Order: sequence, then C-alpha cells, then structure tokens
Amino acid sequence: MAEFFAMGGYAAYVWPAYIATILTLTAAIVISLRAHAKARENVRRLELEIGEGEKQA
Amino acid sequence: MALTMARITVLANPKRFLDYSSALLPWTGGLAFLLLAVGFFWVFFATSPDYQQGQTVKMLFVHVPAAWMGIFVYAMIAGASLGSLVFRHPLSDVAAKSAAPLGAAFTALALFTGSMWGRPMWGTFWQWGDARLVSELILLFIYLGYIALWNAVDDPNRAAKAAAILALVGAADIPIIHFSVQWWNTLHQGPIITSAGSSVDPSFLWPLLIIVLGYTLLFVWLWLLRMRTEVFDRRARTLMLAKGA
Repeated sequence: MAEFFAMGGYAAYVWPAYIATILTLTAAIVISLRAHAKARENVRRLELEIGEGEKQA
Repeated sequence: MALTMARITVLANPKRFLDYSSALLPWTGGLAFLLLAVGFFWVFFATSPDYQQGQTVKMLFVHVPAAWMGIFVYAMIAGASLGSLVFRHPLSDVAAKSAAPLGAAFTALALFTGSMWGRPMWGTFWQWGDARLVSELILLFIYLGYIALWNAVDDPNRAAKAAAILALVGAADIPIIHFSVQWWNTLHQGPIITSAGSSVDPSFLWPLLIIVLGYTLLFVWLWLLRMRTEVFDRRARTLMLAKGA
C-alpha cells in the first residue's frame, strides 16, 4: 500500500496531476448539472405562470 | 450527404434537440463513467512501471487525453462557428459557446499534467523555448478570450458573430500545436500514435484508448447538458419578454 502511494519516488508529481484532474472534471460536472437543473426549472416555472395568466384572462 | 444534412436540419429545431439530447444524456454520461472506471482501474492495478520512465508513465493517462480533448473541442468549436457564419444554423453558436469552457478546462489540465511530467523527466516544469508548450498555452488564451468575448457583448447575435470570427482565426493555432514537435524539435517528444501505428507499449495503449474514449464521452455528455442549458436560458428570455408584453 505504501509502495502504491510512493509511485516509485514520483508521488510528488503523479498525485498532484491526478488530484487536479479529478477536481477539475468534478467541478465541470457539478457546475454543468446544477446550471442545467436551474435553467430547466426556470423555463417550467415561467411556462406555468404564463399558462395561468392566459386562463385568468 | 442529403441524409446527413436532413439530420442536422432536424436537430436545428430546439424542441427536437431537447428531445434527442434528453435520450442521449444517460447513455453518454453512463458510458463515460464506465470507461473511465475501467480505464483507471486498469492503469493502477494492471500496468507495471515503464522500463525507462518508471511510475511517471502514469502521467500518460491524464496528460494525453486532456491534450487531445483540448484540440478536439477546439475543432468542434471551429466547425460550429463555420456553421454559424456560413449556414446560419440556429444551434451552431449554442454548440460553440457551450463547448468553450470544457475545452479550456481540458487545455489547462494538459498544461498542468504536462508540467508535472516535465519536472521529473526533463528537469523543468516549463520551457519558453519549446513550441509545443507555448502553442498549447496560446490555445488556453484563445479559449479564455473566446469566453470573455461572449460575456463582453450584450447582443447575442453580435456576440455570436464576433465569437465565431475569433474562433476561426484562432484555429490557426491547431496545426501549429500538431506540427510543432516536428518543426521545432526541442523538449516535447513527437507523436506516439499516428496513422502509421503506435510506439506505445500495448500494455499502456489499451487503457489509454479506453480513457481517451471515456474523456470524449464525458465531454459529449457535458456538452449536451450545457447546450440544453443555453436553449432553456434563451427560451426563458423569450418567455420573460412575452410575460412583460
């Protein structure tokens, strides 16, 4: 296990590269999913509001 | 050709795009996670250190896919920009705009992982005299300029046109990145996978190809999500105007 984390003496280079990759890709996924859910909900809400407005009129 | 054009025209309808992309989302996302899990499990538990590079060969699997995606995404943006300027395809500027932050993220990762690989192998994190490194940094700046331009121009039609022109001018950097390692033979090595074959050991090549495919599908998944977000946002703006009227 310790040998695995040591990466043949290159741990100081290998792990930062992998951590940066994981953080960047995770951030891209989280940001894109959140923005998508928010935008979809926004359209749904506006369509409902306009639909109700038409019924009242 | 006619069929391809027909398909592209079908997708120009935002409602149809939302239907098709909705069906594609779980497949692209799911397959991306599966391929990345298999690929990286293979890398860490089934490959041995390289006979020359030792364990720094692990960098191969995060550096090459990120660099490849930075260029691939830019090619998609340039293609979509051409579609926007020449064919006035209604979804093409949505496609180009949505892809840019992802391409910038991949390019930044290519630069960072490359620098982490360069220190132990070349003895330096960075070298201004290496054309591959500098042209890749320029690609990152082109991405950032492209994103900034979209944010700086208020009118969406004018922003789309200006951004498309910038994307096509910036496309000149792509062949420079590609051929830099042949034109100027300094630090960065030449291509390892070409149409003539591969110089990568098969034990590394297979997981690398799986991870590259995983990155590509991850990009397609996020690209679709971001395009849908943009379509929803534009629909919301139209609805707000209708509501106000």
